[in-house]
Amino acid sequence: MKKNYGIIAAFDTTSEIYHACEKVRDAGYSRWDALTPFPIHGLDYAMGMPRSKVPRFSLAGGITGFCTGMSFIAWLGLSEYPLVVGGKPMFSPMFAFPVSYELTILFTAFATIGGMFFLNKLPMHYHPVMKAPQFVRASDDRFYIVIEANDPKFNAAATRDLLAQAGGKDIVEIEE
Amino acid sequence: MSSAHASDHPAPAILSEVKPAVVPRRVLVEHHRDFKWITDKICGIVEGKTPVWWWWCFGVAAIVASFTVAGLTYLVSTGVGVWGHANPVNWAWDIVNFVFWIGIGHAGTLISAILCLLRQKWRTSINRPAEAMTIFAVVCAAIFPVFHVGRIWFAVLPGYLFPFPNSNGIWQNFRSPLEWDVFAVSTYGTVSVLFWYIGLIPDLGTMRDRFTAAGNLIKARIYGFFAMGWRGSNRAWSNYEMAYLILAGISTPLVLSVHTIVSFDFAVSLIPGWHTTIFPPYFVAGAIFSGFGMVLTLMLPLRAIYRLEDLITQYHIDCMCKITLATGTMVGYAYSMEFFIAWYGANPYEGFAFINRAFGHYAWAYWIMIGCNVITPQFFWFKAVRENTTLVWILCLFVNVGMWFERFVIIVTSLARDFLPSSWGYYSPSIVEIFTFFGTFGVFSTLFLLFIRFVPIMPMSEIKMVIPAADPHGASKH
Repeated sequence: MKKNYGIIAAFDTTSEIYHACEKVRDAGYSRWDALTPFPIHGLDYAMGMPRSKVPRFSLAGGITGFCTGMSFIAWLGLSEYPLVVGGKPMFSPMFAFPVSYELTILFTAFATIGGMFFLNKLPMHYHPVMKAPQFVRASDDRFYIVIEANDPKFNAAATRDLLAQAGGKDIVEIEE
Repeated sequence: MSSAHASDHPAPAILSEVKPAVVPRRVLVEHHRDFKWITDKICGIVEGKTPVWWWWCFGVAAIVASFTVAGLTYLVSTGVGVWGHANPVNWAWDIVNFVFWIGIGHAGTLISAILCLLRQKWRTSINRPAEAMTIFAVVCAAIFPVFHVGRIWFAVLPGYLFPFPNSNGIWQNFRSPLEWDVFAVSTYGTVSVLFWYIGLIPDLGTMRDRFTAAGNLIKARIYGFFAMGWRGSNRAWSNYEMAYLILAGISTPLVLSVHTIVSFDFAVSLIPGWHTTIFPPYFVAGAIFSGFGMVLTLMLPLRAIYRLEDLITQYHIDCMCKITLATGTMVGYAYSMEFFIAWYGANPYEGFAFINRAFGHYAWAYWIMIGCNVITPQFFWFKAVRENTTLVWILCLFVNVGMWFERFVIIVTSLARDFLPSSWGYYSPSIVEIFTFFGTFGVFSTLFLLFIRFVPIMPMSEIKMVIPAADPHGASKH
């Protein structure tokens, strides 16, 4: 027998899903999600989500990039390949700056995107919600809330009632 | 939640007593189009049958692109002598074309990054094609520095451009702006592709779902592969939006630095007419000016062919024309300031270089540049001009021509008249150079046509965000 993944409910407007998310948040659920075709302003707050952790990855990437540029050019000029060009110093942060600057940006970009993929667990080509009826509209013009069955507060009947009270339509259970 | 975004907290009580003045906002999507219409309109372009005009354009573009292939093949198999370069002009069309194309790309990054940070919502419907333009322009630009060495293996093999010792243990010279340029341009190309792709992920998810629903599983697999399993989860959107904001934040200094470093190629040298401190800002303004010229050149036909008037409104065209006007005027200011400094600096060589630009053998190129870059954009002061899309398109063609001539004037006039009159020369391009450059427009068009055929040409998720129905607080008046 297949295990239930959770319950999904549809909403027609951004206002409806915003208030429904507030209700689900206030009911104390923790393992649930909203599926929307575009990011809705303020929904993070309505869902009670903390601030994204992507910037930590970006900062680490940026620092790594800058240090890589500076230390590489210093190592090259001072140790590996010391060559006087135009009477200039073997190493100076001035001439190493443009390259270090570009590497800061390059590494930040990779770290940001890597961090976003890591936090979002992408790529994830299969997910139970993709089997939900009318999932196609989640990336088009409809908004969904899905509450997982392994949420500690999950109760098939009570959760369904909560979603119905919050204005959810087409409420169905989806399989794992 | 103490750690949630500050702006997401409910408004303090005092705000309900404040009655702000009603500021009319321009609508960004005309005719009250809804979410469904936007999805259908943009996906429809990719899902529909390939139009006949597309095949004709693609065929012509591919033939034009073959000129570049032929020109480069002849160059590599024979040697750089097939170009018109000769002492003292050893940089000419190759570097002109490089700077021209890389400058074109800058408007794409400006639209996607700087306008994102400035919260200019009108960027949403034009940022995808503008970013695509950036990537394809960088591809065209990269051809020239790689091939201008003639023996390309001295550019692409490790140990020449990219930091790695060659077989004699010789390393690159990191004091040289040319080496900085390698890093600037390759970082720019890489970050532009990443930024573009990240913006595409949600829309590729939409394409995947639509192809799945339509039963076209092969296409659903292909788009699904690149969509990475995106399903619009708000927990994912939160990280996504943060990542997008950071990418915009780092692309802004990136785009400013790239053309700055390109201008260092000239400014760090000692050639009169090149050795000026105004070059970095002047190059960046010129790059954005030429880029917006190219964005309008591409967008206006696209808008007419696909009937996108509701998404690219007159307001969008107005905004782009005004930026073109502003940057064109900055460029005009830079031209006059160069002259002033050449006189004020009292350096006879510098003074000669500028008199020679305006009245010497290349005066024709100089006055084409002034005509196209300083005079053309001034027409955009007039509303009637901005509302006449045909006229806007024609004026933008002049901008494109003018910016190519700007680089030609800077590079060739300074080299052709250097310090020693005995080495003065006059440069004319050979037919091989002309063909190679002409062909890059085919390379660019081929890539752009493939883009409009296979990729959603506008960021659907971002356009949906700017219509009134997307606001959970405004539309329902709760």
